Amino acid sequence: MIRAIAWREWRALFLSPLAFVILGVVQIILARLFLGHVNLFLMIQARLTTLPNAPGLTSLVAAPLLGNAGVLLLFITPLATMRLIADERHNRTLTLLYSSPVSPTEIVLGKYLGILGFYALIILMSLAMPLSLLIGGRLDWGTFACGVVGLVLLASSLAAIGLFMSTLTRYPAVAAMGTLGIVFFLWIVDYAGHARGAGGAVVAYLSIVNHYEPFLRGLFDTSNVAYYVVLTATCLLFSVRRLETDRLATR
Amino acid sequence: MSNPEVLVETDAVTRFYGPNAAVSDMSFVIRRGEVLGFLGPNGAGKTTTMQMLSGNLAPSSGRVLIGGFDMHAAPEKAKAHLGYLPEYPPLYRELTVDEYLDYAAALRRIPRKNRRASRERAKARCGLGDVGRRLTANLSKGFQQRVGLAQAIIHEPDVVILDEPTVGLDPNQIREIRALIRELGRDRAVILSTHILPEVQASCDRVQIIHKGKLVLNEEIGALMARMESQVLMAAFRKAPDVGAIEALPLVRSVMVEDERRLRIFHEPGADPTDEIVRLALERGWGLREINPEHSSLESIFAELTGESPEAA
Repeated sequence: MIRAIAWREWRALFLSPLAFVILGVVQIILARLFLGHVNLFLMIQARLTTLPNAPGLTSLVAAPLLGNAGVLLLFITPLATMRLIADERHNRTLTLLYSSPVSPTEIVLGKYLGILGFYALIILMSLAMPLSLLIGGRLDWGTFACGVVGLVLLASSLAAIGLFMSTLTRYPAVAAMGTLGIVFFLWIVDYAGHARGAGGAVVAYLSIVNHYEPFLRGLFDTSNVAYYVVLTATCLLFSVRRLETDRLATR
Repeated sequence: MSNPEVLVETDAVTRFYGPNAAVSDMSFVIRRGEVLGFLGPNGAGKTTTMQMLSGNLAPSSGRVLIGGFDMHAAPEKAKAHLGYLPEYPPLYRELTVDEYLDYAAALRRIPRKNRRASRERAKARCGLGDVGRRLTANLSKGFQQRVGLAQAIIHEPDVVILDEPTVGLDPNQIREIRALIRELGRDRAVILSTHILPEVQASCDRVQIIHKGKLVLNEEIGALMARMESQVLMAAFRKAPDVGAIEALPLVRSVMVEDERRLRIFHEPGADPTDEIVRLALERGWGLREINPEHSSLESIFAELTGESPEAA
C-alpha cells in the first residue's frame, strides 16, 4: 500500500520535467562549487604540507561541498514537496485515497517515502563529485560518511517539513511559500550566532544549521541526530493528524 | 422475496457546515441487489451524503455502516467494501488508463498477481478496451467518466456509490452506463445520486428524494409508479367552469387552473372523481371537451414534495 503510493509519487515526479530540472540545476551548481573548492585546495596544497596535522581533501573539499548540497536542498525542498498533497487536493484525486482502505498514516508514509527516494537520488548524484577525488587522492572515510549521514538527516527533515506544509493547503504555491518560510527561518534563526541567555540557547538549538555543521566536521553526536529525528517525526505526525481532520472540514 | 443482507446503513446522520445543516437526521438502509436512486435538486445535500457514505467526510453525528462495519470505528474494513465515483472522477492526469487502474487496484489491496485480471475485467465492463495506453488527461469527458467508474468497481465491491455518473455523457453512453448500473445492481448495492429524474426511472429499484438535507421520500420505484398513476385529471371545457364547485366534490383535493377553460384536478389517490365531474359538467352545461388521467411524472411528485414548481425541478 505504502509502496504503491510511494511508487506513484516517484513516477509523477519524473513524468513532469520538474524533477529533471531540479537534478540538472543541482548538478551544475555543485559542479561549479566543487571546482572552486578543488582550486582552493590546489592553491594552498604546498603550504599545507609544511603544517603538522594539516586539513586534508575531506575537510577542504568534500565537507564544504556537502555543506553546499545542504544549502541547495533548502532551496529545492519547497519545489520538490509542494505538490505532494496539495496537488492531490487541487485535482480532487485525494478522494480516491480517502475512499480506499488506506489509513492517513499510510498515505503520509507513502508520500514521504516517494519524495525521500527523490532526495536519495539527488544526494547520490551529489556524492559522485567528492568520490571522484579518489582518482588522485584519498578521503577520510569516517569524516566523509559522517557528513553524508548528516546530509541524509537534513534532507529527511526538510522533506517532512515540505510534506506537512503541503497537507495544509490545496495550492502547491502556497505550500511552497510556507515551506520556504519555515526552512529558511530555521536556517537563519541563529544567524547572528551570539544570542545570550536561555532564550539564546533555545534559538541556537532551533537552528537547522547548527546541528548540521558538526556532522561535516566528522562529529557524530546523537543529540544532533535526535534533533532531526524529532523534527521529522513531528512533521509526519502533524501531517497524519491534518489528513485525519480533513474529514471534519467545514468547507 | 426474503430480505437480503443490509449493505449500507445510516443512522440519524447529520452534517453541519458551520451553523448550517447540509444533511440532517438521515436514516436509511440499502440491501444487496438494490439500486437506490438518490434524488434531489442541486444543493440539496446529495454530494454531502455521498461523501459521508464514502468516508470522505465525517458526519457531525450519527453513524454510517458499510458492509456491517462502522465507517468511523473501522474505516479500512468499511472502505474495503466500497467503490466510489465522485462528482469529478479522481484521475491522475499524468498516468495512462492502465497505470491508473493498476494503482487503484493496489490501493484496494488486490494482490499483485490478480491486478492485471481485475483491471482487464473492469475495462471490459466499462467499454475501455482500447484506451489502456492513453493518458487519462487526453480522454474525452465520457471516457474519463468511464475510467472513474472502472476505478470504482475494479475490486468488485459490495457497495458502489455513483455521484452523478452520467453528467457530460452523450445519449449512447448514458444508455450503456445505465445498463451497467442495472447489471451491477443485481448482486450488490448501488447508490446513484442524480438530479435527472428519468435516470432514476430507468435504473433504480428504490428512490429517495432529499430536499434541503432532509429525506422527504423513500419508496420502491414500483410504489412510486403507482403513486404517480393518475392522481391528476386534465379536463378541458368549452365554457369557463365553476372551479369552486369542482373543488367542493368529495374526492377532489385541489384544482389548478391552467387557463380559464383547462383545469388540472388533483384527487385522492385510488379514487377517481371522473364520473362526478362529468355529471357536474353536464348539469351546468360547461361543455366538457376532454377529460383524462394525467400520468404524473416524477417531476410533479418531486415538485409536490419539495414545494417547488415543476419547471424549477
